[in-house]
Amino acid sequence: MIPEIGQFALALALAVSLVQSVLPLIGAARNNVMWMRSASATSVLLTALVAVAFAALMWSFVVSDFTVLNVATNSHSLKPMLFKVAATWGSHEGSLLLWILILVIFGLGVSLLARNIPLKLKARTLAVQAWISAGFLSFMLFTSNPFDRVLPAPLDGQDLNPLLQDVGLALHPPFLYLGYVGFSIVFSFAVAALIEGRVDPAWARWVRPWTLAAWVFLTLGIVLGSWWAYYELGWGGWWFWDPVENVSFMPWLAGTALLHSAIVTEKRGSFKSWTILLAVLTFSLSLLGTFIVRSGLLTSVHAFSVDPERGIYILALLAVAIGGSLTLFAIRAPEMESGGLFAPISREAGLLVNNLLLATATATVLFGTLYPLLLEAVTGEKISVGPPYYNASFVPIMLVLVVVMGVGPLLSWKRADLRGVLDRLKWVAGLSLLAALVVWYLDTGGPVLAVLSIGLAVWLLGAVLTEWASRIKLGEVPLAESLRRARNLPRSHYGMVVAHAGLAVCMIGFTGSSAWKSEVVTFAEPGTQIEIAGFDVRFDGVEQLRGPNYLSRMATLTVFRNGAYVATLQPERRAYLVAGTSTTESAIRTTLAGDLYASISEPAAESEQSKWTLRILYEPLVVWIWIGSGLLALGGVLSLTDRRLRVGAPRKRAGPGSVPVAAE
Amino acid sequence: MIRRIAITAVTLATLVSQPAFAVEPDEILADPVLEERARAISKQVRCVVCQNQDIDSSNAGVARDLRLLVRERLVAGDSDQQVMDFLVARYGDYVLFNPPWKPSTYILWVAPIVILGLGGIATAAVLTQNARRYRKSRKQETERGASEERNPENHSLTEPHA
Amino acid sequence: MKRLFALFPITIAGILGAFLLWGLNPDRDPNEIPSVLISQPVPEFDLPPVDGLDTHGLSNTDLVENDGSAPIVVNVFASWCVPCRAEHAVLTRMVRDEGIRLMGINYKDKPQDARKWLDDLGNPYERIGSDLDGRAGIEWGISGVPETFVIDGAGKVVFRFVGPVLGDEAISKMRTALDQARAAGGEAS
Repeated sequence: MIPEIGQFALALALAVSLVQSVLPLIGAARNNVMWMRSASATSVLLTALVAVAFAALMWSFVVSDFTVLNVATNSHSLKPMLFKVAATWGSHEGSLLLWILILVIFGLGVSLLARNIPLKLKARTLAVQAWISAGFLSFMLFTSNPFDRVLPAPLDGQDLNPLLQDVGLALHPPFLYLGYVGFSIVFSFAVAALIEGRVDPAWARWVRPWTLAAWVFLTLGIVLGSWWAYYELGWGGWWFWDPVENVSFMPWLAGTALLHSAIVTEKRGSFKSWTILLAVLTFSLSLLGTFIVRSGLLTSVHAFSVDPERGIYILALLAVAIGGSLTLFAIRAPEMESGGLFAPISREAGLLVNNLLLATATATVLFGTLYPLLLEAVTGEKISVGPPYYNASFVPIMLVLVVVMGVGPLLSWKRADLRGVLDRLKWVAGLSLLAALVVWYLDTGGPVLAVLSIGLAVWLLGAVLTEWASRIKLGEVPLAESLRRARNLPRSHYGMVVAHAGLAVCMIGFTGSSAWKSEVVTFAEPGTQIEIAGFDVRFDGVEQLRGPNYLSRMATLTVFRNGAYVATLQPERRAYLVAGTSTTESAIRTTLAGDLYASISEPAAESEQSKWTLRILYEPLVVWIWIGSGLLALGGVLSLTDRRLRVGAPRKRAGPGSVPVAAE
Repeated sequence: MIRRIAITAVTLATLVSQPAFAVEPDEILADPVLEERARAISKQVRCVVCQNQDIDSSNAGVARDLRLLVRERLVAGDSDQQVMDFLVARYGDYVLFNPPWKPSTYILWVAPIVILGLGGIATAAVLTQNARRYRKSRKQETERGASEERNPENHSLTEPHA
Repeated sequence: MKRLFALFPITIAGILGAFLLWGLNPDRDPNEIPSVLISQPVPEFDLPPVDGLDTHGLSNTDLVENDGSAPIVVNVFASWCVPCRAEHAVLTRMVRDEGIRLMGINYKDKPQDARKWLDDLGNPYERIGSDLDGRAGIEWGISGVPETFVIDGAGKVVFRFVGPVLGDEAISKMRTALDQARAAGGEAS
């Protein structure tokens, strides 16, 4: 009965979303306030209906209702409750339902929270959001119904892929979707603005909190996935330039560009059409990601079940959404007048260069991801584009961006004094050169890129601090005055400082763990001793344990340094009986200096059957990646709590001497 | 990053007849220099039965065979390039994660530079056009006697920006 | 000019969209890797017979020095490969009814398992090479078991089929390739 309620709720939701797609638009065209206001009511109803459907599916998983096909193929009665719940979004159908739920929640968010937005813009935005909802709801009902029954019901389920039975992965999709589906509302705002044919600084300010929220979630979602890959896959990698990783990364890059370009639109009224284009493209890239993941178009380690029919349907949705919005853009963009003027050396120009580089980086990732398909279509040849390509193309672009990032925030609007700025950064340049030299001296035979990127990380960190210090006139005025200024500096400014510093911290982590990683792989028997990165690791043996739906063999490793006990590591190998596969549970000792990482598996060679393959890695500085990513997200959150976004009311600029409103 | 599935289950025919797990201890060469080269090569070679993985980290049987083969060739004195060529001769360019520089990949390799170049030209155009109009407007304002330097929008560097 | 720029994004999106649509065509298998062997001579390899089996071993010379026009089918199989079992019947029928010449490469199989498998199902193979360490498989560039190759009379690879030869479509592809090989062999002799 419950699944049928869910099914019915979905069908109703489709009807409601269709109403919301049309009524507010007509209302906006005819100045009918009632019709425009209807969008708020329908978005509440729509969210409620989708939530009911989602709850119905989750309930089916929780009680293990194996008459529901989706539950039977993705769950098992013995599975721990957390993973029963998480299995709701473990399959194509369930994750699509989550996708739609987040879509309508963002619509609801706008209808409830965005009180000061003009009614017309709001009505049109919610209507556009409803188009997307209608498209995906129909996709779900016609091709991917999560509530399909199976009769007779199997006695038990086939269990979820064990790799997915993990806390990191349980959380990864919701965050990722909150991120890239969150950009849908930004897209809707942009399309609404295109329909109205008007973009102004106020528009940029209304959209900003939504962009920030989506960006923060996407950052966390990507990092969660990366972190999961790091500890779960057993060889300590955290990024593989896999197509499916790339498609989540592209909206992030475009969204980052959007955040920066929108600042110029908000502060100076410039870059209007570019900001709108980025808003459209960011969500378009999210849609492209959804398409690629769910159509099986590209060969990836991650994929949902491949079904060309679904692919065609999503592609049609893409054609309508992206094609429609870009056509609208082509019509409206030339009419948008440019805003405030600026000199070639100015904050605006700096942000323009930032956008040039981020857009190029996005395009590079897009091109690298799709090139094998393009080539196959034209010549039939099959090639692979892997990490070496991105290291040679994407990484240099980002390194240049980091150089610019050091200078940009110090430039003033309209016209800046580049010489003065560079003069300020002299000591930072010296320090980063020194850091690079030290790394170069210590790092014998390591990659040149490592030297460069550590130098640049120091550069960025130093420049961020310099900018902050100059903002609060540290050392120029009495300390008390500096502290007062520090307190008065807007949150959004701290957001920028923290996020930029976060990237610098990430860079240190990226470099450390890829350039100076060490690894020992050996057959181990009780008593085996291994030396790695100054640690002595002793293999004490393996014991069998029983988990709820798996058998575990857990090794015990004792770690010493200079004869003193440091830690005990207990990596596991789990055999999932129903799913019939095994997973590796690595054991990691984390410190700021580096992670000691251990995993075990059965040996491949038949002659070594009584032994274990033991893999011990030392990954220097890898935790800096997670800290840095956390800072990136924190920066976004800080900006989000800025007074001007909280109050929301368009604050006219007051005269000099008032509380300063910062750039970011 | 939705599912990093156990690769081999996907293909209809599977080569995995034994469990294995990335590089195995018995594969490792005694000579650390050769082993280092073998690892570097393995990380650039795509496993043919996996979805998108290098042979170094793949647990497929054929990946292990290729790892052993790479080491065998290195011990026999092949250069890195010769080993790669050997693999390409059997499996095609598909196995190279680093696409070779040849007519079918010229576009791939020059694309980032071309995109950056075109974007750079567009950016430069925007900047110069803007600068021209900016200078003009400043001149007009100066003529009108309105000193923009006192305008709160244009303070010196260390002032907080409104 | 500005209008032209505004048209740029939709143009790019349209082009990419066309490629994506092409990529969805149902005949396309994203996992398939084209064989580099097509129109190339068979790779060099020399495999001993399966231990304890009467059938002779297989080497590239057996495929090159073939009596002329008759094409040869080389099938890579193993007893641990489940789809091979189904395919075996099809191949046996083709040998019996159409008179194709079938050679086997027994891939990474224990000899006793292979013998038992052939005892149970029958042995349609003219020759079987035992590829214990999978090295010959690499020479042939195989990506899985089963795989089937068609070799023309001149010892050149005409066709490769990945996966079991099952169903009308697969069998008709094989027949087309065999005809092609016969034609090529006819010209060569």
